[in-house]
Amino acid sequence: MQVSPTPQPVTLTVFAAASLTDAFNEIGRNFEAQNPETKLVFNFAGSQQLAQQLAQGAPADIFASANRKQIDALSQDGGRIISGTARIFARNRLVVIYPHDNPLQLRRLTDLAQPGLKVVLAAKEVPVGQYALDFLDKATQDKNLGAEFKAKVLKNVVSYEENVRSVLTKVALGEGDAGMVYASDISGEAATKVGRIEIPDKLNMVATYPIAPINNHYNSPQAQRFIDYVISAEGQAVLTKYGFISVN
Amino acid sequence: MKNQFVLSVNFQVMDLSLYKVQNLIKAGVIRCQNSLPKVRPKISGLLSLPFLLFITLPLIAIFWRTSLTDLTVHLGQTQVVNAISVSLITSLISTLLSVIFGTPVAYLLARREVAYRQIIDTLIDLPTVLPPAVAGVALLMAFGRRGLVGHWFDDFGIHIAFTQIAVILAQSFVAAPLYIKAATLGFKSINPELEDAAALDGANSWQIFRYITIPLAWAALLSGCVMTWARALGEFGATIIFAGNYPGKTQTMPLAIYLGFELDLSVALTLSVILVGCSFGVLMVVKGLLRHKLEL
Repeated sequence: MQVSPTPQPVTLTVFAAASLTDAFNEIGRNFEAQNPETKLVFNFAGSQQLAQQLAQGAPADIFASANRKQIDALSQDGGRIISGTARIFARNRLVVIYPHDNPLQLRRLTDLAQPGLKVVLAAKEVPVGQYALDFLDKATQDKNLGAEFKAKVLKNVVSYEENVRSVLTKVALGEGDAGMVYASDISGEAATKVGRIEIPDKLNMVATYPIAPINNHYNSPQAQRFIDYVISAEGQAVLTKYGFISVN
Repeated sequence: MKNQFVLSVNFQVMDLSLYKVQNLIKAGVIRCQNSLPKVRPKISGLLSLPFLLFITLPLIAIFWRTSLTDLTVHLGQTQVVNAISVSLITSLISTLLSVIFGTPVAYLLARREVAYRQIIDTLIDLPTVLPPAVAGVALLMAFGRRGLVGHWFDDFGIHIAFTQIAVILAQSFVAAPLYIKAATLGFKSINPELEDAAALDGANSWQIFRYITIPLAWAALLSGCVMTWARALGEFGATIIFAGNYPGKTQTMPLAIYLGFELDLSVALTLSVILVGCSFGVLMVVKGLLRHKLEL
C-alpha cells in the first residue's frame, strides 16, 4: 500500500485559449478550494500565441487550446507535449453577433452579405478565425446563402482581430455591425451587450478543445489532477454554464 | 553676418557676456575652442558595457536567426510588401501632420507667456507616458463610430475607425509630442534678442520665423522629426485597438510582426530585420548631419 506524502505547495501554470477565460477562472477557483496546496496561474491568450510561446520554451504545466492544430504542432518528436496525452474536454460552436441595438436590423445569415456592412472577424491564425472561414466555405454550398456568400461577406470585413474577445468588444461597442465568435463568448453577462444569429448545425463548425499536460518532469501528478477535474462532471458543469458543449 | 572669428575665450574672465557669446556661437558667427582640460574617467567605458551589450545582443540575435533566403522569399510576399508600404505611408503622413500642427504649439510654449503653461506642457507629455493601449481605447471612445465626436463624423459619412486615417491618428497621438518637445527646446534656445533685433530692422512675424527662428532651430526640429517618425513607425497598441488589422489597409509592420510571430516566425524575423536596419540607417544619417549642431 502506498503511503501518500504530505502535499507540497504547488503552483500550476495553465496556458488556456482566450475563449476559456471565464470558465477556467471559475474552474480554477473550485479546484483551488478542493486542493488547498495547489495554486493555479492562468495565461489566457489566442491559442496560436500560446503555442508559439510554448514552442519557444515558456514554462507551463498545462495547455488548453481552441483547436487541435496547436496541440499537434507541439506534439512532434521532442516537442513540449507527449503525443497521445491530449484529451478533448469541450466543444464550441460559432455564432454571429451584432450590437445590442442592431442599427442595421440584421435578422438572418444572408444579411451578412449586404453591402456596406462592417464585419469583424478574428485573424485566420486564430482558431475562431479559421473556423469562421471554414463556415463561409461550407455556406457557399448552401442553396439559401448562395455561392457568392463567402466573397460578399469577406468584402465586408473591416478588421481581422488578434483574439476572439477583441471581436466581441468591437461589436459590442458598435464599431462593427456584425462579428463571428464562439457561443461560449456570449454566455452570461456578454449576452446583454450583443444580439445573436444562430448558425444551423449543418453549416456550423464545431470547435474541439483539447487539453494536454506539458512534458516538464515536474508537477506531472498535479497537472493530471487538474486535467481530470476539467473533464469530470463538476468541470463539465462549469463549462456548460459558460456556453460550451460538454464532452460527456 | 558670416565673418568667422576664432577666439580664445577664458570663461572665467568673460562670464558677464557669456550668454551673448553662447548665442553668437550657436548662430554660427563665432567658432570657439575651449582649452580647459577634459576629465574622462576611463572606468565609465567598462561600466557602460553591460547596458550596451543588453541593447546590442537582442538586435544581433534577430539577424542571427534570419537567413538570407528567408529574407528574399518573404520580401516578395504580398503581405510583407503591403505591411511595409502601409507603415511607410502612414508614418510619413503622421510625421508631416505632427510638424504642421505641432510647430505652432512648440512656438507657443517656447515664446508666449501662456496662462496654464504647466498644464499644456503636461498634457503634451501625457501621450508619451500613457500605455499605447490606453491611447487606442481613448481614440476609439472619441472618434469611433459611436464616439464622443465620432458619431458626428459618421453622420456625415466620414468613417474613421478601421481605416488608414485611424492608423495615422493613432500614430500622431503617440508620436507628435516627441516632435513638440524637441521643437520647444529648439525654439527656447534661440535668444529672443536676435528676433527682437530683426523686428527692429523691419521684419514682420513671418519673416522673423522663416529667416531667423527656423534656421537657428532646424537641428532640433529635424531631430524631433526623426524621433516622431521612428515612434510612429513602431506604433502598435493604439493602432490595433483603434484601426484594427486589415492586410493592405491597416496592417502595419508591427502588427504583421505580432501576428507573424504566431503563425510564421520567419515572416516576423524578416520584418524585424527590415525595421531594425531601416531605423538604424536613418538615425545614423541624421546624426551625421546634426553632429556639428547638437551634442549627440
